[in-house]
Amino acid sequence: MSGEEFVPLSLTPLLIGVFAAIACALPGNFLLLRRQALIGDAISHVVLPGIVVAFLLTGVVAAWPMMLGAAGASLLAVGMIEAIRRLGKIEPGAAMGVTFTSMFAGGVLLLEQTDTSSVHLDVEHALYGNLESLIWLDATGWGSLMDPVALAGLPEELIRIVLTLFAVLLFIALMWRPLKISTFDQGFAQAVGVPTGLVGLALVIVAAVAAVAAFDAVGSIIVIAMFICPPAAARLMTNRLEIQIAWSVVFAVLSASLGYVLAGYGPLWLGLDHAVSAAGMIATISGLVLAACAIAAPCRARSGAPAT
Amino acid sequence: MWIDALTLQLGYNATLVALGAMFLGIAAGVTGTFLFLRKRALVSDAISHATLPGVGLAFMVMVAFGGDGRSLLGLLFGSALSAGFGLLCIGWLTQRTRLAEDAAIGAVLSVFFGFGIVLLTIIQTMSAGRQAGLEGFLLGSTAGMLWNDALIIAVGGALTLGLVLALRRPMTLVAFDPEFAGASGLNVARIDLAIMGLAMAVTVVGLKIVGLILIVAMLIIPPVTARFWTDRTDRVTLLSGCVGGVSAYVGAGLSAIAPALPTGPIIVLVSFALFVFSILFAPSRGVLAAVLRHLRFQRRVHMRQGLLALAQGQPIYESFTLRLLRRAGLVEADGVATDTGRARAAKALLDEKRWALVRADHALEGAAALYDGLRALETVLTEDQISEIDRKIGGPQGVSA
Repeated sequence: MSGEEFVPLSLTPLLIGVFAAIACALPGNFLLLRRQALIGDAISHVVLPGIVVAFLLTGVVAAWPMMLGAAGASLLAVGMIEAIRRLGKIEPGAAMGVTFTSMFAGGVLLLEQTDTSSVHLDVEHALYGNLESLIWLDATGWGSLMDPVALAGLPEELIRIVLTLFAVLLFIALMWRPLKISTFDQGFAQAVGVPTGLVGLALVIVAAVAAVAAFDAVGSIIVIAMFICPPAAARLMTNRLEIQIAWSVVFAVLSASLGYVLAGYGPLWLGLDHAVSAAGMIATISGLVLAACAIAAPCRARSGAPAT
Repeated sequence: MWIDALTLQLGYNATLVALGAMFLGIAAGVTGTFLFLRKRALVSDAISHATLPGVGLAFMVMVAFGGDGRSLLGLLFGSALSAGFGLLCIGWLTQRTRLAEDAAIGAVLSVFFGFGIVLLTIIQTMSAGRQAGLEGFLLGSTAGMLWNDALIIAVGGALTLGLVLALRRPMTLVAFDPEFAGASGLNVARIDLAIMGLAMAVTVVGLKIVGLILIVAMLIIPPVTARFWTDRTDRVTLLSGCVGGVSAYVGAGLSAIAPALPTGPIIVLVSFALFVFSILFAPSRGVLAAVLRHLRFQRRVHMRQGLLALAQGQPIYESFTLRLLRRAGLVEADGVATDTGRARAAKALLDEKRWALVRADHALEGAAALYDGLRALETVLTEDQISEIDRKIGGPQGVSA
């Protein structure tokens, strides 16, 4: 495929998909090890009411108010889960289930109650995202990457997800030691003076930021899948955290790029004339990667048990 | 208007939906209880998301064989197959790999749902089979529900409920103490499978009414709500069924009078309202009860400390203590003890002195463990024991001038 076609139509969605996948997979590693893998699932459900409320308050579909709304909703959800868990003495899984289903139901209700048919805001969009439509119209070919006029027309989703990825990387780099200690041995971390509660909350907030930025561009399916599947597959590859994180990035990039290409061109190769959902395909590929690792990865067995 | 809805005056279709939903709600509440007690509430999330590819595949198969593609029974059969496969994947991932159950749940739900969406986008491009209405499985829709559909849902709900009732004893045992259940000869793995299978049945049956994203709520929220009101399993199960049934019935009724209110979300929000009411106002486990308990405890501590201070002739500066004592008529406005105040203070001091002896006495260790600085000794020991202690304290002694 020539640059004239590839750069404007496929390069930006591909990059956005890849960056979103990495931004979600990185915090996902820690959530997985802390047995909080489903936080990603909860967050991606509760951002819907946040986005709808932001839309109702501002009346426009603009990125920043919606991201603020989504971030607010995630914080509210984390607070609610904590409150239900403590006040009601309910186990965390059930508290999470009560919270995210109710908030999602509220979001759907608000969405159906308000006249959003004129704007691009509906439940299907929130689930699938619109990765395919994030094209770079100003580009004419590979040369546009050097052309400041064309670069100014880059989809703003790309810029946002790059910034988010940087923020996630920065957080993990700065907090590396406390994160690592409190993930593996909370008691020891507390004993040496690491504020484990604060570290855990910061991790959830960073995960929420990554989820919201990715949600905006690619929908909630990719968010949930990328929080869990690449880190889980990586966990089966190695016993070392550093290597696990590296593997998870590899798997995230692999799923996002392969999934995007298969969704766009796979049906054409099979003789069908319509592309399928890129978000769904990326999630599917990440599942296949996980399945492959669960069948054949070197460290797939529980520690202590021999790998059979 | 809403009275009409709740008393089934809104016509044939609305009545059908409300009754079908109620059956489903009862079945979901009862089944969800065991999932909740087994601490597996979120498995239902994976089950429900894993139904989507089954719906898509069943539609494609039915169209391929020349059918209409929208037969509810066929779609439900497909969704049951893929949800069952999802459950197997979760079990396999948690048993055969080192991944924890929550990771397995998340992986299965996202991957199956993603694949389901891929299938839906393929179906959207198909010309045959009238795919309109398949989206209803995401968020639920009752608008075009027919007698046959409602019958399938009601019968499915009733069958599930019957199975739960038949299996309730072994399931309760496994939920509370799997090791004991295993030791007393039950096959724990098989019973777990039965719990999951029943949850799956409820999910599949409920797809049409509340949609696959929100059916989770009907399995999780009613048991959590019911748990606040009682500590006994059979009552939790019963209450949970009631909460589920009432939420579904009221929700379906409300959505029938206001077509802009989608059924699924309304049902979920009604049950959430019941949950909020319960967490706030339930006796003994509710927040309000806990706050009252705390306040009562605080009052008793202040009262006791105030009385001990009075008895020892120490001035009281703490304003809450003073207020309490004054309200009880134990001190005057200037902080001087009244006659009753002096009597109560002397009694408190005596109690404290008796307790000190009890706690020093190894023979009374059991009673001493109950000491919390508030309990009157009479509630712990017999009169004989107390007079024995009093002998040790001895009578009043003269104070040397």
